[in-house]
Amino acid sequence: MIVKRKKLSLWERLYLPAIIGGFLVTVRHFFRKKVTMQYPEEKWVVPPGYRGAPYLVKDQSGRTKCVSCQLCEFVCPPKAIRITPPGPDGAPNAGNVEKEPREFEINMLRCIFCGYCQEVCPEEAIFLMQDYSLNGSSREEMIYNKEKLLALGGVHQDPIRKWQHKADEAKDQGVAP
Amino acid sequence: MPDAPNIQPPAAPVETLKVKVDGREVEVPRFMPDPLSGKPVPTTMIQACELAQVTVPHYCYHPKLPVSGNCRMCLVEFGTPALGPDRKPLLNPDGSVKIAKSPRPAIACATPISPGMEIYTNTPAVKQMREGVLEFLLINHPLDCPICDQAGECKLQEYSVDYGQAESRFVEPKVHKPKRVDLGPRIVLDDERCILCTRCIRFTRDVVGDDALGIVNRGGYNTLTAYPGRPFDNNYTLNTVDICPVGALTSKDFRFQMRVWFLKETKSLCTSCATGCNILIGSREEKIYRYVPRQNDAVNSCWMCDAGRLNYQWIGREDRLTEVRGPTPELRGWSAVLRELTRVLAAAPTGSVAIVASARQTNEELYLLSKLGRKLGALTDSVPRLGEADRLLVHADRNPNSQGARLTGIAGEPLGANLARIAEGIRGGTIRTLIVFGEDVTRHGIGADLLSKLEHLVVSDILPNATTALAHYLLPGCAHAEKRGTFTNAKGRVQKFMKAVEARGDARAEWDFLLELLSGLTGEKRWAGIEALFNLMAAEVPAFRGLEWKALGDAGVSVPL
Repeated sequence: MIVKRKKLSLWERLYLPAIIGGFLVTVRHFFRKKVTMQYPEEKWVVPPGYRGAPYLVKDQSGRTKCVSCQLCEFVCPPKAIRITPPGPDGAPNAGNVEKEPREFEINMLRCIFCGYCQEVCPEEAIFLMQDYSLNGSSREEMIYNKEKLLALGGVHQDPIRKWQHKADEAKDQGVAP
Repeated sequence: MPDAPNIQPPAAPVETLKVKVDGREVEVPRFMPDPLSGKPVPTTMIQACELAQVTVPHYCYHPKLPVSGNCRMCLVEFGTPALGPDRKPLLNPDGSVKIAKSPRPAIACATPISPGMEIYTNTPAVKQMREGVLEFLLINHPLDCPICDQAGECKLQEYSVDYGQAESRFVEPKVHKPKRVDLGPRIVLDDERCILCTRCIRFTRDVVGDDALGIVNRGGYNTLTAYPGRPFDNNYTLNTVDICPVGALTSKDFRFQMRVWFLKETKSLCTSCATGCNILIGSREEKIYRYVPRQNDAVNSCWMCDAGRLNYQWIGREDRLTEVRGPTPELRGWSAVLRELTRVLAAAPTGSVAIVASARQTNEELYLLSKLGRKLGALTDSVPRLGEADRLLVHADRNPNSQGARLTGIAGEPLGANLARIAEGIRGGTIRTLIVFGEDVTRHGIGADLLSKLEHLVVSDILPNATTALAHYLLPGCAHAEKRGTFTNAKGRVQKFMKAVEARGDARAEWDFLLELLSGLTGEKRWAGIEALFNLMAAEVPAFRGLEWKALGDAGVSVPL
């Protein structure tokens, strides 16, 4: 196919008017409000509901909320979560909760921040938080263990506290919780 | 010819009657054997539905236990032909039989069927009844599914999803009962989860004969408990965990080990005695987590013993033999070691070789070993392993495949009779090469002093022992969970088992390297998978004639002994 070239007019062939026009745009923007952010000194404030990295939380009394039901491990599409169940001894100090993971690992290199783990969790023990930029100097470092996940997750103010409620109810009836 | 004197009367034909299940007519036997006594008892609606391939949800009913009828989950509607004053069935205007629908529902597990009966299992009323039963069951249920080992195989969960309500209307405090009750050495009881179906009570009382469990207190305070002061401890306690429809009875061994939905289930056999109970191996990522019984009415019904069920940990032991070894450190890898071994065995004079096989090996392996023995003119035997039998499943013979050792001709008569002759041969110097498979012969009369006199000691085993320590050729083998094969149980039932996990390191299925060794010795290049090997064995071993791997199915085939 032959593209027909339009013949340029004199004004267009002069070249300078177009250059000056371009500079005018630059000058106009020069005096406008800046939109760039000085990352990483300055960081973007994510909107509520943002799906960042998943972390584990403790409840008000300091108990690890996760009971190692492994539903998140099951639902996780990229298989980023790996839980080691506690075995027959369970969690000796968790009272009527009986169970707590021995180890809980999330491979943040695999994680796709989909939020299925948070959605499926029956204990409200894992939440996608605000962190969107995770980095490390090795692949191993990017596998976050239970300790690290709990430290990053902090405390969740749980309004329901179902296990506490169950224990109190049992105690009222004179049954060991 | 009616007057011929010695003609047997024909076997009484099974008396059948026709019923309709959800509008579909099925012909079912009028009587079915009682699960315990085997005597014919009237067929019930739930059995008729099962035969019509319609599943009626149920908790307390179990096909191998006496009927209790307490859970009310199997309520169905039904009708029978309406009879006129002349006791003849009334007809509809269109000529069909008029059905008088029962005004009240009935529990399908305990109501016998009658001719022409119609059973309705999915009418709105039946669905409403199921919903009602589930609502009552869930009133005091703790709903601690996240920490319950039964989650994923819990009938309460399943039926709640299928027939239950999404939300609870119950606002009062739930009745709390004892949790984490140490019922016995292998069982933990959570009374809050119990739905009082009494399956465990009936099982241990009527099947095992140990009346250990019962329900105390009344109404909402009903509590399952063991006889006071006596632990629930017989060799079949873990079956109550299987039949418990909820997570009330759980296994201490499997407690908090793995969620069941991760477990891959592989059809296999228990190897702890000659009964050959059918099992499912639950494994995840090459680790075995549990054995559960698999129904086979010709062998183990739905049960298995606790000892056999817990006999799996050794497969994952850290000290498993994982390296193939020759007499010199330079000789490494399967092909080099087998080549050298072939050379040694080919050079061995007839009669200078003895083989001790194990009755824990598969039919195929024993067949190959006996073939090897015949080729080498070897004295062969296997090792007997005896224990105490019980009246239910445990057999006195603790080898899973003593019959296979007999039928393939590897064993002495009786089993182990040649062991002393082998020891004598080594002492006298006539036997210079000993091939040992899966046995520690130092514990069976061939001590370390004798083994050190041998020119060549070829050992294949799974775990290290005194014999493997002295071996010149060490060939790491596979546990049954790591290979396929067949066993012949004490009653002559040939059953196959499948591979659940991968073997570690160099370990290789014995039949696989035996085939390689044999083809090296005989010069026949015959490479076969396990199916072809089994069919080859069936063609050559008279006792297995006519068998086919495919035809064994999941339940196995009996051969005459």
